[in-house]
Amino acid sequence: MSLDLTVKRRFGAFALNINQAFSGDGITALFGPSGCGKSTVLRIIAGLETQAEGTVTWCGKRWQDATHFTPASERAVGFVFQEPRLFAHLSVAGNLAYAERRASSIKSDITREKVVAALDLAPLLERRVTVLSGGEKQRVAIGRALLTKPSLMVMDEPLSALDMKRRAAILPLIRSLPDQFGLPVLYVTHAIDEVAQIASRMALMDHGTIKGEGPIETILENPQFDDLTGRFEAGVVLEAAISGHDKEFQLTGLSSQGHFLTMPLVPVAIGQTVRLRIRARDVALATEIPTGLSIRNMLPVTIISITANADSAFAEVILLFGTTKLRSRVTRASVAELGLQPNMGVHALVKSISLDQAPFQ
Amino acid sequence: MPDLGPLWLTLYLAAVTTLLLLLVGTPIAWWLSQTRSRAKPVIEALTALPLVLPPTVIGFYLLITLSPKAPLGAFFLSVTGETLTFSFTGLVVASMFYSLPFMVQPLQAAFEMIGRAPLEAAATLRAKPLDAFFSVAVPMVFRAYISASVLTFAHTIGEFGVVLMVGGNIPGQTKVISIAIYEHVESINYAEAHVLSAILLAFSFLVLLLVYTLNRRFPLTGQNA
Repeated sequence: MSLDLTVKRRFGAFALNINQAFSGDGITALFGPSGCGKSTVLRIIAGLETQAEGTVTWCGKRWQDATHFTPASERAVGFVFQEPRLFAHLSVAGNLAYAERRASSIKSDITREKVVAALDLAPLLERRVTVLSGGEKQRVAIGRALLTKPSLMVMDEPLSALDMKRRAAILPLIRSLPDQFGLPVLYVTHAIDEVAQIASRMALMDHGTIKGEGPIETILENPQFDDLTGRFEAGVVLEAAISGHDKEFQLTGLSSQGHFLTMPLVPVAIGQTVRLRIRARDVALATEIPTGLSIRNMLPVTIISITANADSAFAEVILLFGTTKLRSRVTRASVAELGLQPNMGVHALVKSISLDQAPFQ
Repeated sequence: MPDLGPLWLTLYLAAVTTLLLLLVGTPIAWWLSQTRSRAKPVIEALTALPLVLPPTVIGFYLLITLSPKAPLGAFFLSVTGETLTFSFTGLVVASMFYSLPFMVQPLQAAFEMIGRAPLEAAATLRAKPLDAFFSVAVPMVFRAYISASVLTFAHTIGEFGVVLMVGGNIPGQTKVISIAIYEHVESINYAEAHVLSAILLAFSFLVLLLVYTLNRRFPLTGQNA
């Protein structure tokens, strides 16, 4: 996508002030605490905030500036709202047709058949929308937005009203949208686990401004953003391939950066690539390979940087692992005692690994 | 058997008034539901006036406004060659004022209840404002349209004071059922008054019964999902 925002919007004491170019082709997560203005950013992009000042430019086309305002109905934005906003006077098929009819003159590879298949809507088509479950409604809402044949999808916490199980069922569908339909997605959420599961890039928002934007790994490994991403959850995302399963001990073996890792058994086929999340607080450091230790994952790493504050017991250590990075949180006392410093080779002891993402189906 | 002419005239008047008020009341109700203008309470108060004022007061002012000596009445006379007072057309105009709140208030409440969300959704689905209004807002408040139409229709049928002031008692033109009943009673013609009253009573009950039955069978079709 190529989206340039230079916009301002005031609501009483709250001021939104965004100067940001979005360029990600996959899913870009707009992440931040409730009330920081994430939804308003999406509404401005879609043309629903007529009071917003500034410019909105999509692929070189001015949607909005001081003299011109393209109305929402003429912007190629598919919007999935927090609540499904389906039309209760129409059936599921009627809701889809509503969008399809109004986009009939627009050239796109998106067809009703593809959308129905991708979101498994065939069994729902003849139903009334009022009898659908929350997850079903949101699938229909996504399908309906796709059928407007947008060139950009924006989604405003579409899963926030769903339970864990339903969220887990829909997240892979959302994650596949950019590839299946050639669509960039801007995805608003305040759940860091959702970000890590579906997004390739993220923009951090706080108090009406964007504090940083970039590939998700870069943002997550940057201690500067810990306050926003959640210090306790700070960590990295690591790609790994499933190399085998051990049914007896209920373990799955993985390989990443040429090294072997184990984690509790996950039902993913051998050879598949998965994304792992390793939190900084789950990574300990050792200057020599320790013996008699229960931790199974030990990785050779090189210290890149150590950040410590005098008012905290902990230091944030960024580590080079192969071509990627790990983060570790150790006490400042340990840093001093072990003589840790940049460029030093150490061993990272990983206490816990979690799977961040269901594999592509 | 009494002359049923006033009954048919009344039904015709109520039907015409309701249809015209659907056209006039919809934009007023929509504007009131969406506007942030300071004029809103003024317009709201004006449309609600007929609920409060005695029909004779409305009738009196309408009589003055519609009279051929007033600008509006004179204009109408010059264009059509007819007077607005003591004519069926004048009665329609008067009834529209008299029944306006019964059309506007239920619609305004319904439009306010659905809020902006469904229309925003429609806009993101490439529907232009007028398209969104007819394809989303109107169907969503369909039940309010039924209620508002029935209330307007029923209220127009029950009109007496305004008609008496503006329309008089011209058979086939302005002699509606309530006037006819009044006339029968005045001339101690109770038998005919009985028949017309009973017809009106039965008709009103049946209409209301129909509305409440429909309300039960199709509850809240306008809810946002």
